[in-house]
Amino acid sequence: MSGAAPPHHLLSVLVENKPGVLTRVAGLFARRGFNIFSLAVAPTEDDRFSRITIVVDAESAPLEQVVKQLDKLINVVRIDELAPGEAVERELLLVCIAAPPEVRSQVIELVGVFEGRIVSVGYDELVVSLEGSPEKLDDFEELVGNYGIVALQRTGRVALPKLRRRTPLEAVPEAG
Amino acid sequence: MTENMDGGRALIRALELEGVEVIFGLPGGAILPVYDPIIDSPIRHILVRHEQGAGHMAEGYAHATGRPGVAMVTSGPAATNIVTPLCDAYMDSIPMVVITGQVPYAAIGTDAFQECDTTGITLPVTKHNFLVTDARDIPRIVREAFHIATTGRPGPVLIDVPKDIVDPKNPRSAMEWYWPESVDLPGYRPLTHGDPVLIRRAAELILAAERPVIYAGGGILKARAAEVLRELAELTGIHVVTTLMARGAFPDDHPLALGMPGMHGNYTAVTAMQRSDLLIALGSRFDDRVTGKVSGFAPEAKVIHVDIDPAELGKVRRPDVGIAGDARLVITELVRAVRDLQAAGVHPPDRSAWRSTISGWQERYPLTYAPSEPGEALKPQFVLETLRDNTPDDCIVTSGVGQHQMWTSQYWRFNHPYTWVNSGGLGTMGFSVPAAIGAKVGRPDRMVWAIDGDGCFQMTAQELVTAASERIPVKVAILNNAYLGMVRQWQEMFYEERYSEVYLSPDLPDYKLWAEAMGCVGMRVESPDEVLPAIEKANAIDDRPVVIEFRTDSSEKVYPMVPAGMSNDDILVDPSQGEGGR
Repeated sequence: MSGAAPPHHLLSVLVENKPGVLTRVAGLFARRGFNIFSLAVAPTEDDRFSRITIVVDAESAPLEQVVKQLDKLINVVRIDELAPGEAVERELLLVCIAAPPEVRSQVIELVGVFEGRIVSVGYDELVVSLEGSPEKLDDFEELVGNYGIVALQRTGRVALPKLRRRTPLEAVPEAG
Repeated sequence: MTENMDGGRALIRALELEGVEVIFGLPGGAILPVYDPIIDSPIRHILVRHEQGAGHMAEGYAHATGRPGVAMVTSGPAATNIVTPLCDAYMDSIPMVVITGQVPYAAIGTDAFQECDTTGITLPVTKHNFLVTDARDIPRIVREAFHIATTGRPGPVLIDVPKDIVDPKNPRSAMEWYWPESVDLPGYRPLTHGDPVLIRRAAELILAAERPVIYAGGGILKARAAEVLRELAELTGIHVVTTLMARGAFPDDHPLALGMPGMHGNYTAVTAMQRSDLLIALGSRFDDRVTGKVSGFAPEAKVIHVDIDPAELGKVRRPDVGIAGDARLVITELVRAVRDLQAAGVHPPDRSAWRSTISGWQERYPLTYAPSEPGEALKPQFVLETLRDNTPDDCIVTSGVGQHQMWTSQYWRFNHPYTWVNSGGLGTMGFSVPAAIGAKVGRPDRMVWAIDGDGCFQMTAQELVTAASERIPVKVAILNNAYLGMVRQWQEMFYEERYSEVYLSPDLPDYKLWAEAMGCVGMRVESPDEVLPAIEKANAIDDRPVVIEFRTDSSEKVYPMVPAGMSNDDILVDPSQGEGGR
């Protein structure tokens, strides 16, 4: 990730689980000249709906217009813009690392520190699975880069809003 | 009790249940099975000569009646031919449902004969579109399509129907008939009522303003809000400008009417907005043709913006009070809120200075042109004034795009809603003739005149064959200046009179002969004294279309004009009026 990039915005978009919906959503960003940084989409617990998590690089004002246009799509049910501090974000990374016998133990140690899992072992390479916050994955990616990355695939982040917690003194809101 | 049916018959029955009385269309291979049951349906089908005509007719019908226009065409080239009307309807928020044939479902994606990705192509120019994949979905999709097209911000909806699921010879078309009681669209909940807190705040701004102007847009007509708009204007004594899409939404003969703003708006409408301290934008969208250079637009004005589409609020100009909601409902509430405040003793500041400023501009800068001297070519404005003064007050007028459109929007007096049908957002040349046909089909009781330019007329004139064979007696006035006139005007003013590819010839084609060849009455008018007799003759013909070609002055330009990209303060008035207000 580059340092001077425009601010990331995280959109969690609940859509109807129908053919072509991803095209409608992605096309809207493309038509307005926005670059989608990452995108993750999968059905929710209710199979009528899918959730798309979109990370987009944009200034706030033009993004507001895109969000409003997005909301006009018939198949888009709900949009939440998640502020970085108010979201739980997770991402999965699979990476094939060059790990010949002489450095393999170092790599395995690094995987252990990051609580990753080795999911495939070859003579000179390891495939590692690592789940976590995008920042943690960035760190891991940087460190194993020293050993040589043969192939790497990240899923793009998924996110949900952080839960609000009441302090014990806070009154329970009355029903209705 | 169940009724077995095929998808094709189900589609036609669903259209009947939606109250469709007319379909504009042209059959072809993939849509054949849907055309068969039309023979047994009470729905009238109007066979067009080009699919673009079907789309614009459906738009004209929708404009004039407020009901959704329906067009039906086949796959491939027919679908691509109707893309322009779809985009036009999308830009101008016209309720329209277009049904396209598609190759059989199994053949989709194989580059089959007359296959194109219709839903893909039309995705950015429709409010929504559907590719039907199962015959059983047809009644539900038709209901959803009409619901989406006609509610919220209206717009075009396309239904793409693969041939096999409507073909009774194919088992995939079998279904049991049903009619859904309601639609279930979890992601579509159009707003209606505005936020009462914001409405109250808007009312306070209205009563505090010294130089308010109501900026009424096409949304007034879409929301059937002309009456409440008038109530608001009269209650508050605030002047009203009506945009190109809103001509007729407020009567031009009303003392508070300022007419049209924008690039070719009249001086008073443009300048009143510029100097205003409060713009009350109702169903208007701050189009670039209205604002001119946005940073220089109405610099001292606070803005109240009412629109059914929340995405319009703040898109161009950030409102001080932005209210998402239906114009009719919101204005009704706004009238009530103003009355409440007035009853509580809140009254506006003295606006007499503002009123006299406005009437001063009106006196000094009326619309004007130099009448032709004997022997000189006809002035287009004179033709329009004569036509205006010799047609019924509720005559429906359509236009294409260009100089003739601007002159008509300036010189006509629109005193009734739904009497002005034109292509605003997309600026589609060739709109006038098919739109007039659609309007006449929807309102056969009204006289319908299509005002057209010679360039525009040549794009869609073949639909007069449709009109003649279907006995749709529209009347066409071609203002033939032998040029793509608006382009010529820009080349004259901004390209040092270098006229590149704009000359069309006054004589080729021979419009009178062409009209006659298409089954119309054709006339040619070259001098001022022929104008009225020709119009009277045309008005008396009610069994076939009439075309009058008026040979007009090629060099005439549309004034006032705010050059593209300039501020509205830089408005150019007619040269006879000097330098304008600054």
